[in-house]
Amino acid sequence: MLMKLFTDLMGWVDQRLPVTDAWNKHVAQYPAPKNFNIWYVFGILASIVLVNQILTGIWLTMNYEPSGAGAFASVEYIMRDVDYGWLLRYMHSTGASAFFVVIYLHMMRGLMYGSYQKPRELLWIFGMLIFLVLMAEAFMGYLLPWGNMSYWGAQVIISLFGAIPIIGDDLTQWIRGDYVISGATLNRFFALHVIALPLVIVILVFLHILALHEVGSNNPDGVNIKKPKGSVKPEDLSKFTFHKQYSGKYDIVDAVPFHPYYTVKDLMAIVGFLFFFCWVMFFAPEGGGYFMEAPNFTPANGLKTPEHIAPVWYFGPFYTILRVVPDKLLGAVAMFGAIVMLFLLPWFDRGTVRSVRFRSKWHLINLIQFAICFIILGILGTMPATPIANLIGVIASFGYFGFFVALWFYSKNENTKPVPERVSY
Amino acid sequence: MKKLILAFTLSVAALLSATALAAGPSIPLDKANNDLSDKESLKKGFKTYLNYCLGCHQLQYQRYNRTFADLGIDDADGVENYMYTGDKVGDHITNNMSKKDAAKWFGTAPPDLTLEARLRSPDWIYTYLRSFYIDESRPFGVNNTVFKDVGMPHVLQGLQGVSTLEVSEVRGEDGKMHKVSTLSPAMGGSLTTEEYDVVIRDLTNFLEYVGEPNKLERKNIGYWVLVFLFFFFILTYFLKKEFWKDVH
Amino acid sequence: MSNVPVNNGRRRFLTAATAVVGGAGVVGAAVPFIASWNPSARAKAAGAPVEVNVGKMQPGQLIRAEWRGKPVYIVRRSEQILEELSKHDSHLRDPSSAEPQQPEYAANAYRSIKPEYLVALGICTHLGCAPTHHNGDFEQFVEGVPNGFFCPCHGSTYDMAGRVFQNVPAPLNLMVPEHSFINDGTIIIGVGQDEDKGDA
Repeated sequence: MLMKLFTDLMGWVDQRLPVTDAWNKHVAQYPAPKNFNIWYVFGILASIVLVNQILTGIWLTMNYEPSGAGAFASVEYIMRDVDYGWLLRYMHSTGASAFFVVIYLHMMRGLMYGSYQKPRELLWIFGMLIFLVLMAEAFMGYLLPWGNMSYWGAQVIISLFGAIPIIGDDLTQWIRGDYVISGATLNRFFALHVIALPLVIVILVFLHILALHEVGSNNPDGVNIKKPKGSVKPEDLSKFTFHKQYSGKYDIVDAVPFHPYYTVKDLMAIVGFLFFFCWVMFFAPEGGGYFMEAPNFTPANGLKTPEHIAPVWYFGPFYTILRVVPDKLLGAVAMFGAIVMLFLLPWFDRGTVRSVRFRSKWHLINLIQFAICFIILGILGTMPATPIANLIGVIASFGYFGFFVALWFYSKNENTKPVPERVSY
Repeated sequence: MKKLILAFTLSVAALLSATALAAGPSIPLDKANNDLSDKESLKKGFKTYLNYCLGCHQLQYQRYNRTFADLGIDDADGVENYMYTGDKVGDHITNNMSKKDAAKWFGTAPPDLTLEARLRSPDWIYTYLRSFYIDESRPFGVNNTVFKDVGMPHVLQGLQGVSTLEVSEVRGEDGKMHKVSTLSPAMGGSLTTEEYDVVIRDLTNFLEYVGEPNKLERKNIGYWVLVFLFFFFILTYFLKKEFWKDVH
Repeated sequence: MSNVPVNNGRRRFLTAATAVVGGAGVVGAAVPFIASWNPSARAKAAGAPVEVNVGKMQPGQLIRAEWRGKPVYIVRRSEQILEELSKHDSHLRDPSSAEPQQPEYAANAYRSIKPEYLVALGICTHLGCAPTHHNGDFEQFVEGVPNGFFCPCHGSTYDMAGRVFQNVPAPLNLMVPEHSFINDGTIIIGVGQDEDKGDA
């Protein structure tokens, strides 16, 4: 009886909006390679963190006061006077760091298994745009507590735009809306942080997933699971039913429907992730001074610089690249260049073999040195500048850019291993 | 391959720790070893705070009644014994010192201490309050080894007395002579060194509490959440295994 | 569910168990979001109990106090007014205070702790206007009743115990807030009898 009512209702809706069809196409009958490993959970984890940030963010704005005079006190008001306000704030602040942890791992996955290669270039570009907007979002969010590190961190980053010739000084003043960082800056950052950028991120995530489902998921072997129609023997076809969108055009092998197989697997991953997330949030919400920096427990003071200004850890790699270049303009160019290189990755890689599993030893070494250089740059970014740190930073920066340059050279005629027809499971 | 990664990682770690050392020495801090769950200690620290600190340093984000509730003081007792300023129990713990005057007297306005323990660390507070020494060149006749040329007088001198700074040369492990400054035992206070340390430990304890009044509740909830997630994880693991039996 | 070839009891059990435990987790996660909408410590401090000195009030006099942003009427009722209260029960909607519009200790003929002092919110139970006090000239609204409250918005009428008359829009008697006497001359609003604190 109840079931029939539900069926009738869905029938009524489906005639007007293809909800059931969309559900099947993107979830219940979406062919996902069955050989995903743990590297494939970070996408769903990123969306979980995004939901967390949006929800806790909405709740924080209910009590936050975006003004130079009231911001710092309103954060303490949330921490003390609002029931569970402290928990909402820690969920948001820990979430910010967790977002970058999962995003960096998600990107590393793409690098390892060649998920940026043809035909997934646009998918990669959307992902990189999300990363870029996310950095802007995080940067503006960090100003809002209006602590002294918020203030001086913003001061340093905004000054970067001053490196642009001719318009630089006018541009920084325009961004600040004042001669120094002030309540005016805080208010515009607040507006962008809570409305504009989250909206852009959500739209980009939507496009990212649509583009993914159009070209299909890559997998750790980098082997295509969609074979030309009619090329696969019937007994080799995947035994599951997939949406016509996919099975009508291709013969699908080695795939399982996303639901229920990956929903239950991702659920397990989500719970495991939440365990670590809650561990940090409940027992070390300051993240050892890296998630919440100590100088941020004193209000913004334009006359008193903290002894050592360090950006939050997730900007570390790019901040170090900026810092090791002994020229303001070139430093900024190098920093933005580091991100541009990532955007252009699909065209730096001229190879056709996707997964590191079947590529040359050189590629493996190159990937490892890139990851290590990235981590070193990140660590250095949170440390005071010393001559030796600078030297290591220069070497690691060369490692970072060298990855792309080397890739371009060796990928043209790479000594790859034979790629199997089917995935290994 | 794995050896290569390991060797590389180790050399990087060594280099990074070298840079960290090169960043310069910081003053070694004594461990406060305070206990947030010790309500008697918190109450004594609260008293010390009210008697010696509140005159200049506010706790402008912390309310009296919240403090009473967390420290196990009932409101009537609190009004009677812990409120000197005639405020209401729901008010913040503030004083009436004007910032302008204060800046004139001390060179800089005395900072609010609500978040001092999160800004500096409890160990810093514990060490700082035990590190005043006589320095006639300073306006209040005292200086501090933890906070050089601090603008604050040694408010607790009546309890601790005051130390002098003794500089001596010591041969270090590297064979060179190093200047070492040590504080002499404080003289002329009403408390012994041990008693004074306890007073400061209680005060530090109280300031750590005020920095984050929810700290104990936070950890308490945290244990339950982790236990829940642990069992939920096991459940989802079996669920995943059950479904994936279909996949060959 | 064509994509689930096996659907045995174990699978159904695990799915149901996960749904229940997961649901419990979601409910737990919702707690901070819901609880944060409660009045904050700041709101509670602003809404703290209010002390009112009634020692110097004349019989028949009304004074207004503010508690949690609401007007509170305190009336010192004379002997004569108290006597009048029992004479018009048949014209009242709720003469015996059966509706929970007052604390237990004020659910009596006078709707008060001490008969002399009425403490009631000056908010008409119809749509929230402030009734006016008519001392001696109330008969224009209700025949035979010389004293009472009249709401100018929609004409609701109450007697001197805040009890609503019949045939007016207001459905209930005026609300009597939690209050108690600290001493003979001081009423505290927001703290009930036999209570240490306000309803924190």
